[in-house]
Amino acid sequence: MKYPLRALALAISTCLYLGAAQAQTEIQWWHSMGGALGEWVNDLAKDFNAGQKDYRIVPTFKGSYDESMAAAIAAYRAGNAPHVLQVFEVGTATMMAAKGAIKPVGEIMRDSGLAFDPAAYVPAVAGYYTAPNGQMLSFPFNSSTPVFHYNKDAFKAAGLDPNKPPTTWPEVALAAGKLKASGHKCPFTTSWISWTQLESFSAWHNVLFASKNNGFGGLDTRLVFNTPLHVRHIENLANMAQSGLFVYKGRGNAADATFVSGECAMATGSSALYGSVTRAGKFAYGIGTLPYYPDVPGAPQNTVIGGASLWAMSGKKPVEYKGIAAFFSYLSQPEVAAASHQRTGYLPVTKASFELTDKSGFYKKNPGTDVSVTQMIRKTTDKSRGVRLGNFVQIRTIIDEELEGVWQGKKAAKQALDEAIRRGNEQLERFEKANKS
Amino acid sequence: MQPRSPFRSAWLPWALIAPQMGVILVFFFWPAGQALYQSVLQQDAFGGAVEFVGLENFRRLFADASYLESFQTTALFSALVAGLGLGLALLLAVAANRVVRGALLYKTLLIWPYAVAPVVAGVLWLMLFASPYGVIAYLLRLMGLPWDHVLNGHHAMALVVMAAVWKQISYNFLFFLAGLQAIPRSLIEAAAIDGASPWRRFWTIVFPLLSPTTFFLLVVNMVYAFFDTFAIVDATTHGGPGKDTAILVYKVYYDGFKAMDMGGSAAQSVVLMGVVIALTVLQFKWVEKRVHY
Repeated sequence: MKYPLRALALAISTCLYLGAAQAQTEIQWWHSMGGALGEWVNDLAKDFNAGQKDYRIVPTFKGSYDESMAAAIAAYRAGNAPHVLQVFEVGTATMMAAKGAIKPVGEIMRDSGLAFDPAAYVPAVAGYYTAPNGQMLSFPFNSSTPVFHYNKDAFKAAGLDPNKPPTTWPEVALAAGKLKASGHKCPFTTSWISWTQLESFSAWHNVLFASKNNGFGGLDTRLVFNTPLHVRHIENLANMAQSGLFVYKGRGNAADATFVSGECAMATGSSALYGSVTRAGKFAYGIGTLPYYPDVPGAPQNTVIGGASLWAMSGKKPVEYKGIAAFFSYLSQPEVAAASHQRTGYLPVTKASFELTDKSGFYKKNPGTDVSVTQMIRKTTDKSRGVRLGNFVQIRTIIDEELEGVWQGKKAAKQALDEAIRRGNEQLERFEKANKS
Repeated sequence: MQPRSPFRSAWLPWALIAPQMGVILVFFFWPAGQALYQSVLQQDAFGGAVEFVGLENFRRLFADASYLESFQTTALFSALVAGLGLGLALLLAVAANRVVRGALLYKTLLIWPYAVAPVVAGVLWLMLFASPYGVIAYLLRLMGLPWDHVLNGHHAMALVVMAAVWKQISYNFLFFLAGLQAIPRSLIEAAAIDGASPWRRFWTIVFPLLSPTTFFLLVVNMVYAFFDTFAIVDATTHGGPGKDTAILVYKVYYDGFKAMDMGGSAAQSVVLMGVVIALTVLQFKWVEKRVHY
């Protein structure tokens, strides 16, 4: 060997390095945050890792929410699940029913001995991820809620007041008409049809989406979104679609990109679209509250959450759970949580982070960013606490399919909603049967 | 009469095919057996609660009207993919076979799409037709033909068929080209001397001699359309609008990997397996009679 000394030095330093690395406990975190949100997740991990020496969080992007959930389930079945998994709100009932596969966050925090006060978290958010016995099951990491996004430049061009977004559905139709008259091809669109136009719509008007308090009251819940109010709303959207005021852009978040690019002037979608628009949008951007029907008593109530939470998987070593607990308490620190909220547009996780953001003057400097918070931080009713259903992924697809028939002009609103309920209830019945035993 | 194999020892032929048999057992028979087993179980996503339910998963499938409609969608989709895929590939192969200069370049370019993963093929075609930035959608709009695969079922079907055909055309092209080059030139020249037109030469000499290749490709393309196209659908239309492009294999994928309904998904893949076995047997029984080896 030509350089025996150098080789030896290399070997020794490698051993030392590995030794140091082994002393650290690695915690695998699978997530679904791409683009600007992916950078956010990586920054959080970097900051946490730099702040202490015992644990190392390793974030891995595993594709979209359903893809990373499928990957984690496959890994769990093969016996090597990640420690922490980000699961979208639609998957919550599945995770809750998967006893033995997950370890409740409340339990992890208690065992770790770290300070943990469930009351510090925003109730409308944490309540969704809490078991009936009051134990927090997953960590409310990134919760969003649907809001109304609008393009102020397009409003100006159409002769609308850019500082007065429409707040009711009749006003939305009027604004869309003016936008169309000014030559706009896509006045209004929406992403996540079921979430924005049926689930949040129901809570916002304080009516049920599904019986048994939207699934919170038991597995024998059934869909009930074919009331005259729901039918009226879908009919209204169908009429807007016929006259070119509402343009359907596809399932999931397909419509988001059309708002960011400026193609569509108004959109209902996740409050977390804020980060993308401020980064990539080339227009003056405004946020308004979700529209409602002013003649409905009790409206507006509050909207429901979307986004995702972090679940700890079962069967890991005690020291690893300590690391998970340390990471969750890091995420709950008021400064960290406030910075995340301001950066992404996701809801603040803790009350303290909301107050901190408020005091810093962020909401005054960035009008509209408080909309999601004020929509959520309200006293919820049993009808508006949220929607938690089994086989929710399939139910949302069924709603997409049936409503596409309405936008095509092939189906009447009532007919599509009835059919969606019939098909969706089959999914609920199956979930009930599978999880009873 | 087939000549007897020249092997003297009894075990050598078995030993020689053993590796291939191993691959088939591990990658084909074992998963197929697993699918059969899982199709009679109902389990939660994490496999924590597993219950034997007999034929319940199948009963549920055939009680679902939209599942039965999906057979029609699949038949249309497969016929289009196999028909267009074979027709276009044959056309390209005949043309490439006549090219003298730059033949290698054409061939390479034509084989290229085969290296592309189905999901990427789907995304590429989606980009071309997406509103408002898609190039082809833009050109169509200029010609007064508004394209909307989000709400127009025919457009959506056209889009997935185009992506699926484009992806498979290279494979078909390769086999057709090899088949064309194996046809003795003397036969074609003799026909030319007898005064047969190029059209006639193609249909009476070339096409019949290509029939083994065509038959093989027909089977392969049907299997491709039935099994390998879910990623294209997932990347472009998600089976929409409504259920207009929800082919059987897409529902298998969706129920298994998005909805985590393993039992239902396994039952569907068993049904699909049955359909393809039946189709292949039919093809061997009826179509192969017309094949000249």
